[in-house]
Formats: sequence, structure tokens, C-alpha cells
Amino acid sequence: MLFNFFVSVGRKILSFLYFLGGLTNLAGQSLYHAVTPPFNKDRIFEQAKKAGYDSLPIVSLVSLFIGFIFALQIAYFMQRIGSEIYIASLVALALVRELGPVITALIVAGRVGAAITAELGTMQVTEQIDALETLATNPIKYLVAPRLIALAIVVPLLTLYADFVGIFGSYLICVNKLGISSSMYINVTQEALKYKDLFTGMFKTVFFGMIIAFVSCYEAFNVEGGAEGVGRATTRSVVTSFILIIAADCFFTALFYFIFP
Amino acid sequence: MIHISNLVKSFNNRRVLDELSLTIQTGSTCVIIGRSGCGKSVLLKHIVRILRPEQGQIFIDDKEVNKLSEEEMNALRLKIGMVFQGGALFDSMTVAENVGFGLIEHNGVGRKELLERVEESLCLVGLSGIQNLMPSELSGGMKKRVALARALCIKPQIILYDEPTTGVDPITADAINELIKSLHDKLNVTSIVVTHDMKSAYKVADRIAMLYQGKIIAEGTPEQIQNTDHAVVHQFINGLAHGPITETIEQFK
Repeated sequence: MLFNFFVSVGRKILSFLYFLGGLTNLAGQSLYHAVTPPFNKDRIFEQAKKAGYDSLPIVSLVSLFIGFIFALQIAYFMQRIGSEIYIASLVALALVRELGPVITALIVAGRVGAAITAELGTMQVTEQIDALETLATNPIKYLVAPRLIALAIVVPLLTLYADFVGIFGSYLICVNKLGISSSMYINVTQEALKYKDLFTGMFKTVFFGMIIAFVSCYEAFNVEGGAEGVGRATTRSVVTSFILIIAADCFFTALFYFIFP
Repeated sequence: MIHISNLVKSFNNRRVLDELSLTIQTGSTCVIIGRSGCGKSVLLKHIVRILRPEQGQIFIDDKEVNKLSEEEMNALRLKIGMVFQGGALFDSMTVAENVGFGLIEHNGVGRKELLERVEESLCLVGLSGIQNLMPSELSGGMKKRVALARALCIKPQIILYDEPTTGVDPITADAINELIKSLHDKLNVTSIVVTHDMKSAYKVADRIAMLYQGKIIAEGTPEQIQNTDHAVVHQFINGLAHGPITETIEQFK
């Protein structure tokens, strides 16, 4: 009984280490291929469009609603202490430093990461990735590097956009429903935000984008067993990306807290 | 010449290839027969180094495949065409882009020459005018032939076929057999064909080798194999339900 328990814990730890090793290996190789020429601009652009431009509707919708919700939730307390005007600064800081980056990364992990795992995973089970190799084409250079570059560029840009839309959502609530004047709202927001906030918010999203690319491609390359395997890998890809994004966020928040107090 | 010596490969502690050795002369067609799942495709994948062995060596024209650098291996791969069992066509690309993939990525040929080479390869497999279709619009047999055209487009010296006639109608199967033969006769291509279709094996082979329990248990000309007194080979080539291959299963029942 106890023996079996240790065996199963041991297996879990081993498979986790195996995963970590594989992911690091893929990360190393794809970073190498991402920075060494030749660069396939068309493929990078195509991936950037799929991951970025095509994500604009859902990012707009979600961040607009987050802006609405945040303004109302903060208003609940601020009205009690008569400081409604601070809603603007709180929303701006929360969105730019934390909510914008994380929500955007989670949306992209769910929308784009899942699609990458499903697409490349299907290529894996139908031997298309083997076929690439037999045609003297490195699958990491051809498939992973363009996605890595695209996601590392697109996630920060989407985050900037999400920040803006979220603040706009909050502005709509404050100006139309809470009686704060438009110029007042804009002034308070501008005063609250520093370049540091924007930088710490945006910097980590480059890594979030890279995490999504690494995890989704790693899971795809390790698919086993047909359509069911692709389904399992897609679920694992999204769940693992979520966990790693939150963990990385925790790390960067702590890091910045101590570096730029 | 392709020389394989003492190749060992295991998956999940099961030895799929067990000290397998085989030599294929330049310009000859070697057919490897064996039951489904006995490791025939695994063997092909070792030759192009999609898989790496635990032990053993593969020499292609005296170059040891597993010791080549990535660049040297890619140069070698451009002399080898591989036709996958399910076609393995890139489903995000048109037929023309699939067939011309090797040329587009590596040779930097002009657009005109590219289109000519694609057309020529498709004509060789008896298909033309389908350049702009997507793989999802093709039937199973057509996919196989397009995959063959993709392998031919780089003008390889060696072609590896993974079950080229499985899952296609008898007429297409015979056309594929004819094609394998004519590539061998006209272009002196070295071919390795993995199959369990005995009709096809007799038709195209210079030599037939049988893979069983990770080893080559018999090798010879089609006549020698047909007249074998090896019980396992006899059961396989005659498609008998009872015999040494299935004995263990029967005992189990």
C-alpha cells in the first residue's frame, strides 16, 4: 500500500522532470532557430495575424467588460468613503500592471495555444512532421520558430490594446454613471500611471507569449495515439500554459517589486 | 549501397528491431515483408534518421547516418525520397506546393522551372491538372500518388516506400507497382518497399526480405522466397491462419 504510494509519487515526479527536460530542450532549440537566419517573414506574419489580429474581437470584449466590472466593484467601496475619483487611478494601475497582461495571455493561451497544439499535433499523428524532416526541413525552424517570434511580439501588443480598452470601459462607467467628469478622469489616470508601470506590465508578456509557444508546440510534438491523443494534448497544453503563465507572473511581480520598489 | 548492421530499437521496453542486419545494393529494389506492427516502418524511419537506434549502424554509400552533422544529413536527405503510408501531405498547402516543397525550400529554382518540375512529377504518377486542389479534396489513392510525386520531385537516388499499395484499389495498386518498376528500370533508383501485399512484392522486388520478431529471418529473390521451406515465411507469403506465427496466439487461447 505504502510502497505503491511511493511508486506512483515517484512516477509523477519522473514524468514531471521528463516534461521539464523536454520543454527546456525545445525552448533552447527554438530560441536558437528564432534568432539565426534565414527568417521566413511570410510565415511569421501569417502566425502574427492568426494570433494577434484574429484575437482582437475577444480581447476587446473581455477587457471592455473587465473595465466595466472593475469600475463598479471599486466604486462600491470608494463611494462609502467618498473618494470616487480614485477609481480611475486604481483601475489604471490594476489593468496596466496586472490584469491586462494576465488576462490577455490567458486568452491567447486558450485561443491560440490550443489551436497550435491541435494543428501541429494532427501533423504529428499524420506523419507530416516526419515528412518535413525527410524533405530536409527542420520542424523546429519551420514550425516552432515563426510561432515563437509571432507570439513574443503579438502578446505585448495585444496587452497594450487590452489595457487601453479596459481603461476605456471603466471611463464609460465613471463618466456616464458615477458623475465623474471626462477631463478629470483622464487627468487622474495620467497622473497615476508611470512608465515603470507600463514597462513592468509589458515586459513579462514577452515571456508569456514565449511560454505559450513552447508549451503548445511541445505538447503537439509529443502527441501519441490519434485523434484522442490530440484532444488530450490540447487540454494539457492549455492547462500547462495557464499554470506556467501564473507562475511566471508571480516570479516577475516579486522581481519587479524588489528591483523597482 | 545501403548497409544496415545490428540495428536495435525498443519502444516501451519492447524490442521492435533486434540486431537487424540487411544490405541493399545500389539500383536494386528490396521489398521488406512482415506482419503489421512488426517494425517495418520503424526500419525505414531509421534510414532517414527520423528515429535513432539504440545500437547498430546504417551506412548509405559508406556514410554512417548517425554520425553525420545536421547539414550533412539534410544534404543526404535531399537524395532520398520517402513515401509515407497515409501520404503525409501538408494539408495547409495545395498539391503543387506539396509536390514542390523540397525545391521551394532548398533549391531556389525559378518559378517557371518549379512549375515544370511539379507538372512533370505529377505526370509521372498519372495525375495532372490537380495542382491547385487541397489534399482534403483528394481520394486516398490520389493522396498516395501525390505523395509519390512529392518524393520524385527532388529527383532522389533512393526511394523508400511505406506500404505504397495499401488502401488503394487494385488498378491503382498495379499502376503504383508499374511505376516503382519503371523508376527502377529507367532511372536506376535504389528502392526499399515495405509492404504486406505479396502480389506487389513479387511484382517489384529484386530481393525480398522478411522481418519477423525484430530480425530479417529470410532473404532472397522472389523465386527463392516463393519456394522457401522456412515455416514462418511459408505461412506469411501464403496467408495461412494457422502456423508458427499464430501458434503462440493459439496456445494463449
